[in-house]
Amino acid sequence: MASLIGSYSLILGFCCSLIIFFFSVRNFKSPKSFDYKILSFTFLQLFFVIVSFIGLIISFINSDFSNETVFNHSHTTKPLFYKISGTWGNHEGSLLLWLLVLTLFIFLFLIKSKKQPNNYRILTSMFQQIIIIGFFIFLIKTSNPFSYIFPIPNEGLGLNPILQDPALAIHPPILYLGYVGSSIIFSSALAATTLNFISKDWAKHIKVWVLISWIFLTLGILLGSIWAYYELGWGGFWFWDPVENVSLMPWLALTTLLHCILALEKRLILTSWVIILSIATFTLSMCGTFLVRSGILNSVHTFANDPERGLFILIFLFSLIFLSLFIFFFFHKNENNNNSFFWLSKESSILVNNWFMMYFLSVVLVGTIYPIFLEVITSEKISVGPPFYNKLIIPFLIPFLLSMAIGPKLKWIKSEIQNKMYLVLFLFISFFISFIIIKNLDINFLINSILLTSSFYLFFITLRDFFIKGYQNLSQNLAHFGFSLLILSILFNNIYSTEVITNLKVGQTFKSKSLIIDFQSIDKKNEKNFQAIIGKFKIKELDNETIILNPELRVYNQPNIITSEADIKTNLLKDRFITMNLVSNQDYFNIRYQDKPFMIWIWLSVLLISFAGLMSLLKKRYEN
Amino acid sequence: MKIKISPLIYTLIFLIIFFIFYKGLQNSNIYTPNLKIEENIPSFKAKTFNNDKFISEKIFQKDKFYLLNIWASWCVPCREEHSFLTKLNKEEKIKIIGLNYKDDKKNAKIFLKELSNPYDVILLDEDGTVAIEWGAYGVPESFLIYNNKIVKKIIGPINEELLTEIKILIQ
Repeated sequence: MASLIGSYSLILGFCCSLIIFFFSVRNFKSPKSFDYKILSFTFLQLFFVIVSFIGLIISFINSDFSNETVFNHSHTTKPLFYKISGTWGNHEGSLLLWLLVLTLFIFLFLIKSKKQPNNYRILTSMFQQIIIIGFFIFLIKTSNPFSYIFPIPNEGLGLNPILQDPALAIHPPILYLGYVGSSIIFSSALAATTLNFISKDWAKHIKVWVLISWIFLTLGILLGSIWAYYELGWGGFWFWDPVENVSLMPWLALTTLLHCILALEKRLILTSWVIILSIATFTLSMCGTFLVRSGILNSVHTFANDPERGLFILIFLFSLIFLSLFIFFFFHKNENNNNSFFWLSKESSILVNNWFMMYFLSVVLVGTIYPIFLEVITSEKISVGPPFYNKLIIPFLIPFLLSMAIGPKLKWIKSEIQNKMYLVLFLFISFFISFIIIKNLDINFLINSILLTSSFYLFFITLRDFFIKGYQNLSQNLAHFGFSLLILSILFNNIYSTEVITNLKVGQTFKSKSLIIDFQSIDKKNEKNFQAIIGKFKIKELDNETIILNPELRVYNQPNIITSEADIKTNLLKDRFITMNLVSNQDYFNIRYQDKPFMIWIWLSVLLISFAGLMSLLKKRYEN
Repeated sequence: MKIKISPLIYTLIFLIIFFIFYKGLQNSNIYTPNLKIEENIPSFKAKTFNNDKFISEKIFQKDKFYLLNIWASWCVPCREEHSFLTKLNKEEKIKIIGLNYKDDKKNAKIFLKELSNPYDVILLDEDGTVAIEWGAYGVPESFLIYNNKIVKKIIGPINEELLTEIKILIQ
């Protein structure tokens, strides 16, 4: 029943799109007053999509296996929480969620943009409806979440156990708010370009949307990363996996856009940058959807491998790209001549930031799609791993961090550096600290010490600004401070992490100079959707208190998969991370114990960065 | 009239990217190592479950289909494919040879008792060297053999589709 209602409201929502598009075209021809039918129908469309989404959730809660999506991704023994989160843990449901966010954002946009010119609002709505219509057709034609199966199966196939996790349950909605939020920026930038409305006012108004998408995208990536850390059991938080990369690319574009928008708002410069970045952010999000959903790349996110779906998104994606190219080249007037600025100024520092970001973006882009290109051209398969990214990105982080410290100190148009003394002094202090830290370690001295110096430099400069400048420019300073903290934590984490891999039977003890791992016992536990084998490990480090860790092996009943759950003890200084795995012979387990310093600071610093975004959003005015 | 060149260049670049993605879609994304089809089967020596010594030439006769299936009791996907092997065993035209890979003999026996034994002969590969000779990548893996040549290599568990494919091949 719920499925049926959902299915029909999806079609009604699609009809609304066509009606809105029709009214928008009519209204655009005579834009003296805004036609409120557009707003009403946008609301109606949102309502239908919400009904459809709730319909799917209810089908999942009731385990209605006559619905193909529910049959493929749910099971009666699953806890209620994962029945609900299973709604978007699959291709069809997640696209419905995508559509929900698309319609929600255009509705909010129309409400919030009442002060803007009519024709701009109408045109934005029109472009957004083009995207929405595309997704409606995609959903209904190739991935309908309400397909009916007959005869009705008694039991579903179950949700992939590694997706049965709280962090992952909220990861897709948050990430989608970021991805899809960029659609509004895309539509509005196209509309503003067509009408030659790129102005300081426009920048001020669109900045809110940029910030919202940016915050959600940052948090979404963070959640995915946290999940990978404790669920995949390798103890890493970023693997340069294609799927992670496709979320990083829009983030890089969006971060650059955020900086450009500030310049546009103050000085009406960098208009071409802003337009291209607005277009790039959304097309990169779409491109990510294409890459992971078409099955052209293989990952946890590849729910189903259906070339028809891939082809549809591909054609749709490139239609949008060509539409934007057309608008950009034929409507965009080059910026007027007030864009002169001195080399040492805020403008040039933002340009420097842009070029660095574009460099990072191209590295990630090449690393992600080059294997596809190579395979098509030479049918050779390669895989691009962390060494590629590390070698190309890390050296460039150094000047990037330094300019991040200096850039915000500069003024618009022309600037001089004041108080040069403390800038130099801080550099020496940072270098001295790094020198002491690196000196005794067996790693490459030069690159590590310079990298550490530049991160410490940014850290101290921003820290000083908290005291000197107080509330002035607080959100910007906080974001940069968070970034320095992030890089520092990653560096320390890399330098100081230690690992022990060993095989132990129950009752055996592993001893090394600084560590004793005592495998005390194993226990069994039955849960609703899995059986767990829980190990009890007593860990004693030389300079530390004894702790007990309980990693688990979970044997999920539906589908029948064994997963290994890490047990992690976190404190402010370090994470202690243990996993156990079955080995062919039942007698002993493969134990992996890791000591990971400053792990929690990686998460905290990213939280800090997104919090800075939130502050900037809530603040009435951006101070200079 | 001044012709704008940059829009054309960009359009061209994006068209090329489109084309490459389009082509890429048609490629399978599952990694299948290059294998020479109709490769001769390697010659090897192995013990069977009953401790008889065997030379490969003696087992594989010409004009007959064989399926060499690499399995182990500790391998979870092997349990999944077991029912398909049992089904395949009912076909008269094909003999199934099991290669028990890096396994404990006791566990392997329990495994077969529990799930039935679809194999006509079971060879032991305690240290994994025979599997290396065959160029196997992991467990489970199966090789379809005819006239002492490898006709098809299956990486991963056998499923319904692959089962029908094998049935068609041996007809």
